[in-house]
Amino acid sequence: MRAQTEVMDNGAAVMVRDLRKSYRDVAAVRGIDLEITRGEVFALLGPNGAGKTTTVEILEGFRHRDQGTVDVLGQDPARAGRAWRARIGIVLQLASAGPELTVLEMVRHFAAFYPRPRPPEEAIDLVGLTAKAQSRVSKLSGGQTRRLDVALGIVGRPELLFLDEPTTGFDPEARRQFWELIRALRGDGTTILLTTHYLDEAEALADRIAVIAAGRIVAEGDPETLGGRAAAAARVSWDAPGGDRATVETSTPTQVITGLAAQFGEEIPGLTVTRPTLEDIYLDLIAAAESGDSRNGDSRNGDSRNGDSRNGDSRNGDSRNEEQP
Amino acid sequence: MTERATLARARGRARDRARGRADASAGLASEAKLPGQWRLGAARGGVEVKTFFRDRMAVAFVFGLPPILLVLLGSIFGHQAAAQGVTVGQLFTAGMIAGGIMSTSFQYLAIGIATERETGWLKRLSGTPMPHSAYFAGKVVQVMVCTVAETALLMAVGMLFYHLRLPTEPARWWTFAWVFVLGAAACSLLGIAASSVPRSAASATPVITLPFTVLQFISGVYVPFVVVPHWMRVIASFFPLKWMAQGMRSVFLPGQAAALEPAGSWEHGRIALVLVAWIAAGLVLCAKTFRWQSRS
Repeated sequence: MRAQTEVMDNGAAVMVRDLRKSYRDVAAVRGIDLEITRGEVFALLGPNGAGKTTTVEILEGFRHRDQGTVDVLGQDPARAGRAWRARIGIVLQLASAGPELTVLEMVRHFAAFYPRPRPPEEAIDLVGLTAKAQSRVSKLSGGQTRRLDVALGIVGRPELLFLDEPTTGFDPEARRQFWELIRALRGDGTTILLTTHYLDEAEALADRIAVIAAGRIVAEGDPETLGGRAAAAARVSWDAPGGDRATVETSTPTQVITGLAAQFGEEIPGLTVTRPTLEDIYLDLIAAAESGDSRNGDSRNGDSRNGDSRNGDSRNGDSRNEEQP
Repeated sequence: MTERATLARARGRARDRARGRADASAGLASEAKLPGQWRLGAARGGVEVKTFFRDRMAVAFVFGLPPILLVLLGSIFGHQAAAQGVTVGQLFTAGMIAGGIMSTSFQYLAIGIATERETGWLKRLSGTPMPHSAYFAGKVVQVMVCTVAETALLMAVGMLFYHLRLPTEPARWWTFAWVFVLGAAACSLLGIAASSVPRSAASATPVITLPFTVLQFISGVYVPFVVVPHWMRVIASFFPLKWMAQGMRSVFLPGQAAALEPAGSWEHGRIALVLVAWIAAGLVLCAKTFRWQSRS
């Protein structure tokens, strides 16, 4: 009861404490804490099989947890009813588009489920499908089907929107348009939980990012400072007189460059100063989590997960495990 | 630096708006009521019927196959007299009406729901505030429309080609009504339960159609029941179709044809009992097995 009022007070849309979930003997989620503030875009990153989908499906009420407290918009998804469903939006990617309806008929049909829906035409317009409103959903291209998925997720004016890898298969232009839509939704005050494989997408959209690996959150923060990114050493490189490339990692790049400038007395040839990209940080975090995992040996599939992380086939196997009820 | 500050301010504004909207929606929640179950059931039914008739393959399969089989069987064997002034064509028509009811209820529902589950459509619906009752109401509407149409079609074919006479006594129409309703209900529930058997959308049609075809052979639909070996009759009598076919024969054949039945009578009481038992068993099976998500 006290937790409940706390949630209302600090305006959290999602509050998760010590969430755990296993499939048979395999621990998919091993103690996750999350807090998503109302109105923010929160990105959940992690390799396949890390527990991302399981976590999101528990928040969506599609899966039951083994342990922990979960609060989504003030309610426990495992027990929430229609009124709660009316306040969330879920963007699912389906293998097929569904029954033989036109885009407009489909969006109109879903709008009828909600108490205060957007006008169906508006939802279609927001995802840029107006030209296809009269087309059968089975005739849409892959990217258009994804946009329809999004239209169906937002037609009910959700307070909280779940987006699971929404731009997979989009061309670069469609992705940019989609990003604009997400920014517009955030501008309206919609809270968004985004999972994605694209780090540039997370960086462009997210107010905060959490990285999940081997069933745990290994880092959390805003895109600029995640995993100590802001404090990380800068890399200064230049063309050394012998023709080789010289590189120094330093926390005081200005000092290094001043020294170099004095040494060269003119332009420093081929000078670059780089900070680690979000992708560098992410890959380091995942690698550290995985090696730490196998050292501790506290998971029976920790070793295989570690070994499999660069192997496409086994990674698929891993994510299949995650799908098992 | 200024850009960061502007961004932070914009985010702060968005959060304020979100809080404001949350307060507003808390107030609105009591006013903006969830749409009613009956209205959504009707909406689901409309979509089910509309999309069924747009799916040419489904229409050809459901409304094409039973009449074609009736014409084939009737043309090959139809004009032989079975006995007691009954033609084999009449026997086939009565049996095929029962088979038609099971095809539009059991077969179509089992394949349709299995496909909807395996393609994620059921998961998508269950992620919305649609009440679960509305989904099943939609299926009821769809099954009713198709089953009535199928039955009328088969009756017309029987009357045109195989001397099927529509009954004149009200008692026979009453029998027709309860055999139709109980049979369709039992087969629908069985179909919803059977939809959990196929493990993929691609396997749904063969997995459901194979046992259904066997059942039609041993229940007196494709072959007159008197010709079916005894041990097959015993198996058939555990399932609803044999009893539905028997009920339909009692409606459309002359009274003396009851002598052709294995029991020597129409056994109306037993037909009703078996169908009601299947409805009860079907409800329990559905409640225990129905899932909104694929297992794979």
